[in-house]
Amino acid sequence: MGSFWTAALAIAAKDMKIEWRTKTAFASALVFAVLVLAVFYFARDPTAVGALDIAPGALWVTFTFAAMLGLNRAFMLESENRAMDGLLLAPIPPSAIFVGKFLGNLTFVGVVELVSLPLFILFYDLPIIRQLPALMGVIAMATVAFVAVGTLLSSMVVRTRFAELMLPVLLLPFLIPPIVGAVQLTSRVLSGRPLSDLAGWLKLLASFDIIFVILCFFLFEATLEE
Amino acid sequence: MTRRDRALALARRGQVITGIALAGLVGVFIRALVFTPIERTQGPAQKIFYVHAPAAWAALLAFAITGILSLIYLWLKDRKIDSIAAASAEVGLAFSVVMLTTGPIWGKTVWGTWWSWDARLTSTMFIFLLFIGYRVMRGAVVDPEMRARFSAVIGIMGLVLVPFIHMTVYLFRTLHPDPVLLKPSSPSMPGVMLVTLLTSVGVFTVLYVGFVMQRYAIAILRDVKEEAASAVS
Repeated sequence: MGSFWTAALAIAAKDMKIEWRTKTAFASALVFAVLVLAVFYFARDPTAVGALDIAPGALWVTFTFAAMLGLNRAFMLESENRAMDGLLLAPIPPSAIFVGKFLGNLTFVGVVELVSLPLFILFYDLPIIRQLPALMGVIAMATVAFVAVGTLLSSMVVRTRFAELMLPVLLLPFLIPPIVGAVQLTSRVLSGRPLSDLAGWLKLLASFDIIFVILCFFLFEATLEE
Repeated sequence: MTRRDRALALARRGQVITGIALAGLVGVFIRALVFTPIERTQGPAQKIFYVHAPAAWAALLAFAITGILSLIYLWLKDRKIDSIAAASAEVGLAFSVVMLTTGPIWGKTVWGTWWSWDARLTSTMFIFLLFIGYRVMRGAVVDPEMRARFSAVIGIMGLVLVPFIHMTVYLFRTLHPDPVLLKPSSPSMPGVMLVTLLTSVGVFTVLYVGFVMQRYAIAILRDVKEEAASAVS
């Protein structure tokens, strides 16, 4: 078990190091997030629609698309110079590769979200200091859901033709439950509704997280060459 | 008998079954239009129900079978199972198109709107789009063995996704009527209408079987052609 986590963390650390040295994906995802937030702010009639009404949707569309920019990168790195073959030859369980990539993607998406969240609060002028922990909890839960599914799907799509196009087509249907849940929860959290109002959606999000993380973990091996 | 002959024989049997189902469909139309009473509040518009609901049933059945076969494929690694799963998915797409076109026609007369962003409409549309993705992905993978594995993964994930989409349905407010048939209490529909509906469901199921047999035969024939082509080169 020890070597499993060592391998997984080594893969995640390797990806982080590559990203840290180039910062290309991070910079583009972040700029993209800021642009989408700004576009959404102007894509409404300010006299008719309040910023708070559009904020939850804007936040989640931004996060989803910004994350999607980053998700393909994890396995794209390995397809250069057939680096994936090296990973597969290494004496580690294949699922360690999934966990490593999953953790790497989670860190990547988490950092993008962490940087764009203050901008979101600033742009939409939201007085939400008290709700912030709850909001971050919701963000964490939904992020786990779509990074898990996204990591599995991206490991496949990078080996198909039109990889960049294929990921959103395959991934978005899977994002409906977590994103709808996250938007509903975000709007309830932002308007300061009590916790009992959130229970249904929280359960949905939590069960999606648990089931899909486990499912993706087990299915990953099936996506590899034998 | 070569593989090609067997595939052709299968296609012919599929055609016979499809023919029987199509004749049955004519019977369902006649029964629905002439021998089933007109619903009190919705008027004649409700007749489309006898196509809409069975088409939805056949589509979801098709996708469920694709999901289950995907699971079996990863276990047995038999190319035949992958081809049947793919055939079922494609037939499911065809039935989905029937469901998604008859729904709005009914909706326009009864709800006064072609489309509502109601949760169930939205979720069936997303299942439809998911399987379009499945189909598109099959076209984007060249290696047949890899294509089968990837498809199986998507199929299994789709199978697990559907209940979640259903939960999203119940949590979101909904316009769509509650189930009238598959629910714990007895069906809330007069017996005559129920018989028409169930007949139609049966006919659509047979139609599904006929279509899948033919589509599977095409997959085998294509395989045979591809093998012959690669043997030459």
